[in-house]
Amino acid sequence: MSQDIYILAVLDGLSYAALLFLVALGMTLVFGVMNIVNMAHGSFYALGGYMAATLGLWATAHGASPAWSLLILPLAAIIVGCVFGALMETSLMQHIYNKDPILQLLITFSAFMIFEDLQRLVWGTQPYFVSDIVNYLGTADILGITYTRYQLMVVPGVALVVFVALRSFLKLSSIGRQIVAVSHNREISTALGINVKRISLLTFVVGSILGALAGALASPTVSWVPGIGGEMIVLSFAVVATAGLGQIEGALVAAILIGLARSFTVYLLPELEVLIPFLIMVLVLLFRPQGLFSVAQSRRV
Amino acid sequence: MNRAKIVVILLALVALLLPVALPWIKTPLILGTAFGIAALGISILIISGQISFGHAMFVCAGGYAVAFVSRQWPHLDSAWLLAVGAATGVILGIVVGSFVVRYRAIFFGMLNLALSMVLFAALGKFFNLTGGTDGLRLERAPFFGMNLERDAFESVLLVVGVALALLSGWLVQRYLRSVAGQALSAIKTNETRLEYVGISAYQTLWIGYIISATLCGVSGAIFAIAQGLVTPEMGYWVRSGEIVFVAILGGVGHPVGAFIGAGIFEFVKLFAAAYLTGAWQMVLGLVLIAMVFLAPRGISAMLEERTTAKREDV
Amino acid sequence: MKIKTLSRIFAGALTALAVSGALAQSKPTELKVGITTFLSGPASVFGVPGMAAADLYIEQLNAAGGINGVKIVPTYIDEGVGADKLLSEYRRVVQETGTKVMLSAVSSGNCNIVAPVAEDLKVLNILWDCGTEKVLEEKRYRYVTRTQANATIEMLSTVLYLLKTKPDIKTIAVMNQDYAWGRDSWELFRNALLALKPDVKIVAELFPKFGATDYSTEISRLQALRPDVILSTSWGGDLDTFVRQASQRGLMKSSLLVLPLAESSLERLGTALPDGVIVGARGDHYFLHPQYKDEAKLKNFTKKFQEKTGAYPIYPVFHMVQALDGLVAGYQKAIKANKGQWPSTEQVADAMRGLEFRGLTGTVKIREDGQGLEDQLLGVTRKVAGYNFPILEKIMIYPADLISTPVGQKSPEWVKTIKPELINNPRFKQLN
Repeated sequence: MSQDIYILAVLDGLSYAALLFLVALGMTLVFGVMNIVNMAHGSFYALGGYMAATLGLWATAHGASPAWSLLILPLAAIIVGCVFGALMETSLMQHIYNKDPILQLLITFSAFMIFEDLQRLVWGTQPYFVSDIVNYLGTADILGITYTRYQLMVVPGVALVVFVALRSFLKLSSIGRQIVAVSHNREISTALGINVKRISLLTFVVGSILGALAGALASPTVSWVPGIGGEMIVLSFAVVATAGLGQIEGALVAAILIGLARSFTVYLLPELEVLIPFLIMVLVLLFRPQGLFSVAQSRRV
Repeated sequence: MNRAKIVVILLALVALLLPVALPWIKTPLILGTAFGIAALGISILIISGQISFGHAMFVCAGGYAVAFVSRQWPHLDSAWLLAVGAATGVILGIVVGSFVVRYRAIFFGMLNLALSMVLFAALGKFFNLTGGTDGLRLERAPFFGMNLERDAFESVLLVVGVALALLSGWLVQRYLRSVAGQALSAIKTNETRLEYVGISAYQTLWIGYIISATLCGVSGAIFAIAQGLVTPEMGYWVRSGEIVFVAILGGVGHPVGAFIGAGIFEFVKLFAAAYLTGAWQMVLGLVLIAMVFLAPRGISAMLEERTTAKREDV
Repeated sequence: MKIKTLSRIFAGALTALAVSGALAQSKPTELKVGITTFLSGPASVFGVPGMAAADLYIEQLNAAGGINGVKIVPTYIDEGVGADKLLSEYRRVVQETGTKVMLSAVSSGNCNIVAPVAEDLKVLNILWDCGTEKVLEEKRYRYVTRTQANATIEMLSTVLYLLKTKPDIKTIAVMNQDYAWGRDSWELFRNALLALKPDVKIVAELFPKFGATDYSTEISRLQALRPDVILSTSWGGDLDTFVRQASQRGLMKSSLLVLPLAESSLERLGTALPDGVIVGARGDHYFLHPQYKDEAKLKNFTKKFQEKTGAYPIYPVFHMVQALDGLVAGYQKAIKANKGQWPSTEQVADAMRGLEFRGLTGTVKIREDGQGLEDQLLGVTRKVAGYNFPILEKIMIYPADLISTPVGQKSPEWVKTIKPELINNPRFKQLN
């Protein structure tokens, strides 16, 4: 059995890691470009899930086959990112770029509080569990354990696709390279003629879409309730801090690290499961505070 | 008498006299003073430019320490229990602060956050030791040697709470006017120059951290004694955020700011709970955003005399 | 002379006090009742029907004149905000609005918290839905009473039913919510099971947190271990999520599920719950109870409840009605003892002890320690035409007096003294 446990733990961990990665990706991208930690990022996760559930219910009511969910989920993410992300950026974020970091954090924290109540007002307090796509895709048996194909293939698959797509976008496309430039130095980018304001808006929206995508992907598998945004944000902090702020490849590795650590803990030391992501975060912050993957810089800590 | 002193006296009078008209408001007032004391602690760190999203862990630790001690020795006087809360804050502040104060800015915030989440998760998980998510209950202990009924007990606790608030406000003010306290704001503006002058930034921030942790520990003790219950939620990161929120709302320029902020916070919560159930967070969020844009130095800044030198932003 | 005058004055004063004391208990215009239930979060699917039941039943009671002409006015408090916020709200409702009767709570953790507070505030608190036996065993209360059974009675009946239907089980795993109910119910189940069948092996004890939204890793572990039986005293949204995720991954194919609280999830789960699962109802609360389903009271209420909410009543609904019926019965008993005068809170609290009344199903008896005794119903799921969710068959009823801890003893110890002969006691009847 013990040999099998490792494989099972890896499979469980990868799906969880994929979600963590997507959420952390959005946050780290926003930080890299705008140098602000968005405390409301978890709210995009929650909103993405709620929007996906609502669209899913609407689609089922209109007789659509569950296969459409594969389109609906990203659509929900894009809607949330564009609407709420753009709203937040233009009404709030734009105006606080030059403010004290403490005030910046507080503004995003206030946005988080507002979003929390907004969710309750729009979607109520009862749980949503819209899982037709999971049932539709069926199961796969591995080593005598049944996994849902959705959990094994769709979630990690989407995360991988997004990772590759984002990396190529940042390296190869013109806008991508502008984003990288702004993340290195805002002032010089402006001097070079880059429309930093537009880039910031675009980055923020993309970051929000990524967070919402994670939520949309997660919502068919778990029960969606108020408060889920607040939980996810501290987990994504754990990933981002472990990887290093602004590191995209690092976020992938850190997410896998934390995801696997958690699932192994469930098998070996179940009582410690909830502590693991934060213990890792503490250890990384203590011994390599700029993260495991960041490039050397003059004092940023 | 300057405006700030007037506000202090006003607040204290309101806290002590309002229960005569509305007896049920005693508990919210006690919790409000506890909140204010914690916010006072956080404001010390804010003056140094650092924001901790994890100080609820000291509130939580103080509360749980009181609960453990009270369950073990139920006849231990509540005054001693308050001391236990303070002691927990001091000890933990020394230990945690020793490594945490090496960090700055977002890393400081995140490390505090991570540590508080470890505590939160641990308290929720180890059911047999800590009562898990249900928390621990404690019985009403004697206060200053007197065994009191609920009503009288709450009155004494309120008076003690207000007294502690006044005392801590005065002590913090003296601290901030001392060299160690003045050095705190230098960490925010130009740390290198501070070191150059010969003052250790590490020690300065460490002392500030210990004081803030102690105040949070006292806050947790008041909370535990007032409610008779401690739960891991006391250490959740959103609570830390609320403490910071209160400190900024009230402003860090004068210690009374923390209590003004706490008062507004409790008032909005009560008001919203009665009339706008489920929207109090939204209201508070909007209030804070308005504050940041319109009055970033908080409400207490409006009390400052125009002749004195203005403090730096936040 | 002086002494005579003094004593006359004294007697006069005493009489005046006595008269005013009697006058002080004049009938109020309305009876305020504070009710706590889960209105948010995963448990709200369980708690909101309780609120609907209260609204419906109180409306009925008030239409029939209330209690001796006094109408009941409810205030609802959400348990979903967390224990310390609940406590603040509880105190505020009692102190600010002068409410003297509280129905609290659903969560066993919250019951442990509010019981001493109710005693301190001197308000009558009816534990209307929580199951932990510890709240009434660890301390004697005057003002706290329970109008339903407790974990001991429920877990013991579950063990007996399991061993009667599957006497040869060898391995068992448990997955309960990590809070008072989950921990206490497992302690009792385990002690009883090992007393009746010492050779059973416990292969895993999993305690995910209350309100967890994802059980994938627990399900993987359980699938890997393949125990004969998986027990879960989970309820509400947590149970729903667990069953749905387990169903998606075929966990029920390898193990028998025993879910003593699943009657409250049957309709919501629909086809996610396969046949053959052992289900309990925390009491004999089932809208298709063979003995009561055709009786007017249950039938009419079921119909009205469906019209109001679109769903069949589940056991929290039954518990709420029972609590209200118990409250009314208690008041009536106290009024009679008080010669028609409106009773004080103390008089009602004392009247609750020794009370016997009926809710929607069987009779409930409250003992001198405030603990309620009610029959337990357990059955096995089966899909039939006519309902798009499974119904229960092979229903057995367990009378409470055979399976409840004697007053003054501690349940976890007492259940260890159960003898295997109890499994086949002739008073445990199968109904269909």
